Amino acid sequence: MEHLTKIFGSRERGIVAVDDVSFELPKGEICVLLGPSGCGKTTTMKMINRLIQPTSGTVFIDGEDTSAVDPIRLRRSIGYVIQQIGLFPNKTVAENICVVPDLLGWDRRKARSRAVELLELVGMPPATFMDRYPKELSGGQQQRVGVIRALAADPPVMLMDEPFGAIDPINREIIQDEFLRMQGALKKTIIFVSHDLNEAVKMANRIAIFRNGRLEQFATPAELLARPANDFVANFLGSDRALKRLALVSVAEAMLTDFEIIHEDDPAARAEAALRASGLLALPMVDAEGRPSGMLAQGDVAQTQATAAECSRPVHATVQISADLRNAVALMFAQDMPVLPCVDQEGRLKGILTWRSIVRSLSVRGADS
Amino acid sequence: MEVLQFMIDNQEVIGERALEHLSIVFVAVAIAIATAVPIGVAITQSRLAADVVLYAASMLITVPSIALFGLMIPLLSPIGHGIGYVPAVIAVVLYSQLPIIRNTYTAIIDVDPALREAAIGMGMSTLQRLREIEIPLALPVIMAGIRTAVVMNIGIAAIAAYIGAGGLGTFISRGISQSDPRQLITGAIAVSLLAIAADLLLALVQRLITSAGIRREVEA
Repeated sequence: MEHLTKIFGSRERGIVAVDDVSFELPKGEICVLLGPSGCGKTTTMKMINRLIQPTSGTVFIDGEDTSAVDPIRLRRSIGYVIQQIGLFPNKTVAENICVVPDLLGWDRRKARSRAVELLELVGMPPATFMDRYPKELSGGQQQRVGVIRALAADPPVMLMDEPFGAIDPINREIIQDEFLRMQGALKKTIIFVSHDLNEAVKMANRIAIFRNGRLEQFATPAELLARPANDFVANFLGSDRALKRLALVSVAEAMLTDFEIIHEDDPAARAEAALRASGLLALPMVDAEGRPSGMLAQGDVAQTQATAAECSRPVHATVQISADLRNAVALMFAQDMPVLPCVDQEGRLKGILTWRSIVRSLSVRGADS
Repeated sequence: MEVLQFMIDNQEVIGERALEHLSIVFVAVAIAIATAVPIGVAITQSRLAADVVLYAASMLITVPSIALFGLMIPLLSPIGHGIGYVPAVIAVVLYSQLPIIRNTYTAIIDVDPALREAAIGMGMSTLQRLREIEIPLALPVIMAGIRTAVVMNIGIAAIAAYIGAGGLGTFISRGISQSDPRQLITGAIAVSLLAIAADLLLALVQRLITSAGIRREVEA
């Protein structure tokens, strides 16, 4: 169990940067601190590794009061990634990665092999990159090194201050995906500061929304988007927040499965019955392997003598069940398909998506959480 | 032609005097590095201390060297070193303070705050941060200060000939008193060449001790 509770109230006459914030983050989750600039999210983060001393209040990591720990020892046990990356230009990539292991007095060989392992993890061949200097790396490569440097001593907790803020949008997506993949294996507890809502929704298990030093809402992304706690949060999320929720739901969760499967050699009459029973505008038809091979629309199956295959129209698009609803909706718009077949890795039909099923899945999730 | 002949005839003496000259400057600058670099680092901790120290060092450098030598005669006479090598070295130590302190201070203050934050956030102590990050990054600028000090003081040490410290200044002072242009010009040329050579040598040292990761930026 990981307790991360922070209570901070400034009694000074000065500016109250962070005002009485408390939350608890389970081990192994990513918590994004989100809000406009100057809202206290970075200050909150820096109080965790005591770069900023809290005026009052306490941070617990794993049940331990961090104010009782020597700040230098504390910081060595917390990975730290900053927006400016902050690679030391006088040190090589390997030396940069080994900073914390060296501070902790690791054996040199062990530290080096850790650097090799980490570079491989982010797809940077160690033989090529170990002895380069930061100035010889691209922005994306520097960012990767910045992240793995924070991971070097395998800290259970990581603080990341807009770590992907300085990268162009395309590379940012790639690095975010890479990082989520790593996190899937590493299961670090991560506090992640961001001002980008899309990034937060993508990365976070939990989002903490700040305004003027106050925590406005602390919730999972789905809950946050479905039920903003107040007008500020709702405004911050934007009026298109329903669309953002699409990214949080997988096709598998939203698709319909209770419809009759129509095969290529079924008579059209059977197809028509199936369509009528489903109440949908169209249904997919599958081939012998169970792959969608055509779409049957309501008007097309009037000719009762023909087989289903003869009445069908080509399938313009299918969506993988592991994809999120944002992709599915984009396809439905682009291809003008009110009914979208959903397939597994082998291309076999697993279900269908309709506008109604999407709306229902969003409202169900809103009510659940 | 006469000057050249004089140089050739007095090669050995010139060499000896050049060594005397270098010994004054290098011993003094070595002492100055030992004092000024720590001072420059220390004053980065306090804005007020930095202002006071830099102001004092600036005042020091405005004292004409001949006056400084004169001042030291009564001060050092009680210990038997009113004139000669010791006051010359002390003067050079004092004159070296400003360029070295100022460059050290500026270079460390100018280290990217993001790097400082990264270093602190990763758990470096103040001393580790200085040793691992700030001083290595500041090194080219500190070295530039040292080079300024050396070149400037090779000139100032020439004046130390007037207080009997020896060195290439001897040729110049004798050239003036004996109205002998050969000695005067020989002294002047030798001092200049010595300054240029010392500067080049230190530039090489600077290159060798600067991390390859920051080398190109500094020279560009």
